[in-house]
Amino acid sequence: MTDLLTLQGLTKAYPGVVANDDVSFSIGRGEVHALLGENGAGKSTLVKMIYGLVKPDTGTMILNGTPYTPAEPRAARAAGVAMVFQHFSLFEALTVAENVGLGMENPPKPTQLSREIREVSHAYGLPLDPRRMVGDLSAGERQRVEIVRCLLQDPKLLIMDEPTSVLTPQEVEILFATLNKLKAEGTSILYISHKLEEIRALCDGATILRRGKVVGSCNPRERSASELAELMVGQALHRPERSRSAPGKVVLQVAGLTSEHVEEFGTRLQNVGFEVRAGEILGIGGVAGNGQDELLSALSGETLGSSETVRFQGNAVGHLGPNARRALGMLSAPEERLGHAAAPDMTLVENAVLSGWHRRKLAEGGFVRWGKAKDFAEEIIADFDVRTPGPFVAARALSGGNLQKFVIGREVLQDPSVLVVNQPTWGVDAAAAASIRQALLDLAAQGAAVIVISQDLDEILEVSDRFAALNAGKLSAPRSTEGLTMEQIGLMLGGAHDMDVADTDEAEDIRETYEEGRL
Amino acid sequence: MIRLEKRPTPSQAWTWATPVLAVLLTMLAGGLMFALLGKDPVAAIKIIFYDPLFNPQFAAYSRPQLLVKAGPLILIAVGLAMGFRAGIWNIGAEGQYIMGAIFGAAVGLAMYPSDSWMIFPAMVIAGAFGGFLWAMIPAVLKVVFGTNEILVSLLLVYVAEKLMAAMALGPLRNPEGGGFPGSRNFQGYPAASNPELFPNSGMHWGVVAAIIAVIFGYILLSRHLMGYHIRLAGQSPRAARFGGVSPARLVIFCLGFGGALAGLAGIFEVTGPAGQITTSFNTGYGFTAIIVAFLGRLNPIGILLAGLLMALTYIGGELASFMLGLPSAAIQAFQGMLLFFLLGVDVLSNFRIKIGREGHA
Repeated sequence: MTDLLTLQGLTKAYPGVVANDDVSFSIGRGEVHALLGENGAGKSTLVKMIYGLVKPDTGTMILNGTPYTPAEPRAARAAGVAMVFQHFSLFEALTVAENVGLGMENPPKPTQLSREIREVSHAYGLPLDPRRMVGDLSAGERQRVEIVRCLLQDPKLLIMDEPTSVLTPQEVEILFATLNKLKAEGTSILYISHKLEEIRALCDGATILRRGKVVGSCNPRERSASELAELMVGQALHRPERSRSAPGKVVLQVAGLTSEHVEEFGTRLQNVGFEVRAGEILGIGGVAGNGQDELLSALSGETLGSSETVRFQGNAVGHLGPNARRALGMLSAPEERLGHAAAPDMTLVENAVLSGWHRRKLAEGGFVRWGKAKDFAEEIIADFDVRTPGPFVAARALSGGNLQKFVIGREVLQDPSVLVVNQPTWGVDAAAAASIRQALLDLAAQGAAVIVISQDLDEILEVSDRFAALNAGKLSAPRSTEGLTMEQIGLMLGGAHDMDVADTDEAEDIRETYEEGRL
Repeated sequence: MIRLEKRPTPSQAWTWATPVLAVLLTMLAGGLMFALLGKDPVAAIKIIFYDPLFNPQFAAYSRPQLLVKAGPLILIAVGLAMGFRAGIWNIGAEGQYIMGAIFGAAVGLAMYPSDSWMIFPAMVIAGAFGGFLWAMIPAVLKVVFGTNEILVSLLLVYVAEKLMAAMALGPLRNPEGGGFPGSRNFQGYPAASNPELFPNSGMHWGVVAAIIAVIFGYILLSRHLMGYHIRLAGQSPRAARFGGVSPARLVIFCLGFGGALAGLAGIFEVTGPAGQITTSFNTGYGFTAIIVAFLGRLNPIGILLAGLLMALTYIGGELASFMLGLPSAAIQAFQGMLLFFLLGVDVLSNFRIKIGREGHA
């Protein structure tokens, strides 16, 4: 059997960085092939070349035995290559069918398209109602829209970029069942991820990229996760160390927290309540978009509520703004690094002032002490190993991981009593993620109460003492993470968001309603 | 193919080079326009930029005019720049300028013919207050009802113009003016006038105030927490909220500050170069100051230079229309080109131009 796609010596350089350097490997027919690597290893550039978004500087690709040089994604799709992106390209205000039609070259008539969507989604165990508004769908369902859009084009090669990052464990299982079915039909899949256990469960072959180069290839089923990790990172990974100690007094109490008004497609918090003790880390899991941003805003003071909803050391603070809460010792680090936690065009020194001026006394009589601000920025850079040419560099010039270390460092070095972080290691390479987690553990060990909001369940299990799930704006009762299994967590997260495999009564009902509507 | 590539950090060199480049491009395009109008472009450019300062025949008159015109432009532009930096668009400085003149003039005229030394300072304070008050209308409407400050402040300019005409014809009319519209001339009322401080310099109290405003604005933006918050809110509104900046406070401060400075420009103008409230007292300083603010990169020091340059094109433009018979619309188009090119080449400080082929179609 010949290989479906062969890459030979692909090289792509950008100013100052070689994104891919002489990359060669091949994907067999019906093979699920993993592309492993840290953020910035060159995975994205490589798949963009395969999908026709980027043209390689040198090197050749052979698809189905013939030279393959897609000039644009349309050509790639015509050749049978389809891709599901990590960030969905969907319009929230349009229906599923409209979104699918927009991504096709020659979409069939709407009725015909709706029928095809139903048939394909049913056949692959991904039920979808074509009439629903995408804005109302969960992340898992949105991903189905993207997958179905690809499947309608009957691809030979399906590229999936970090598909499980937005899914609950149960949804991951459904996805894997679908992928295995596709594989059995002879479709090849290029699967990009840095989640090693998934790759070991799903993939037949793996190519590992590091700094743009292929550093190894293997059968992931024959390697342990730690072997794969070492290949990926190039060094033994430092695992964060933790010591469980008896938690102290309750520092933060949240009770009856309900959003008063919500932006469109935002999520309303509904009667959220929990307590955090000194020296404890509470992990709040759940797929992004289920109220995480709203919860962070309510805790940081960006959205105000009635004073009793948030209590800090017994005092009602729900009505206080961000600076008043900072003065008390309640600090936070939002998810969006550029534009929320930091101003992209401002220097690190200026960004150090953003949340640090009050506690670090960087302003006197209303005047900013830029000398002290620079010292503070340099302290963060040194203590948190932020890789930057200097403190007077614009925040946007830093890589995601380095800026995240800066943002977390800025808050940690202000000696908080409560620190709330949202997605602290999203898009951050493994080494930086480990150091951020260690910093959070150390902060808790010094007696601070820490809340980690994250959709990375492994991360939550690694650092937190108790776990609560945030789903559709509701928070489950926190449970100790000791002895908590992935399956239990999945159930706390709302199972598969009420999604089931296709041959169920529900899918049957949908089809019947639909056909009645047509007739 | 020419592409724009985002610079990781904004280029400092280009930030300062773009205004110069914009002036050069304006000279080229303006020269072309003048040529199409059948005038000698080189002579026209020379008359606009060189003759007002150095021509032995005209310079004696035009050189002092430079400060007379630049003073109010700089004063207003510094105030506007604060708001523009924060993303608050006060387009109605012209109205605030008029209201400053009316409020201040009314105080002075009410005191006539007292010669207390306190009259002029009281008029200045009243002028600033008038501009402030007029700017508070869009500010409060924005904070309370979320109205668009661009529209409200702009439309209030026309209200202020009508009010000024009514004042010139009614309550503030000179009782000894034989029924002609227009107030008493402050040049004939020493306790309330704003004379030239040094003969033939053009320097009056408004220019002094403009220089103080430049220094004050510079310190505010670069050293003070308020200035930091203004810049933060303009660049990244969400980060500003995270930093605890109150949007309402910022709107009140920026519009109020801009209004007060425009009001000051108004009172210094009416007591000095203009002399009296007339039905057509305002000459568009409040609008031209918007160009000055951007030409100066919303930086007070830059605004100082931009104000002088803009004043030069005003005086030179008048001279050119007088000498070459250029229509005044051509001069206005010339000034408009300056803003157009400035905004156009602005992209170079954040992007670099890449020439060459790139795979991505």
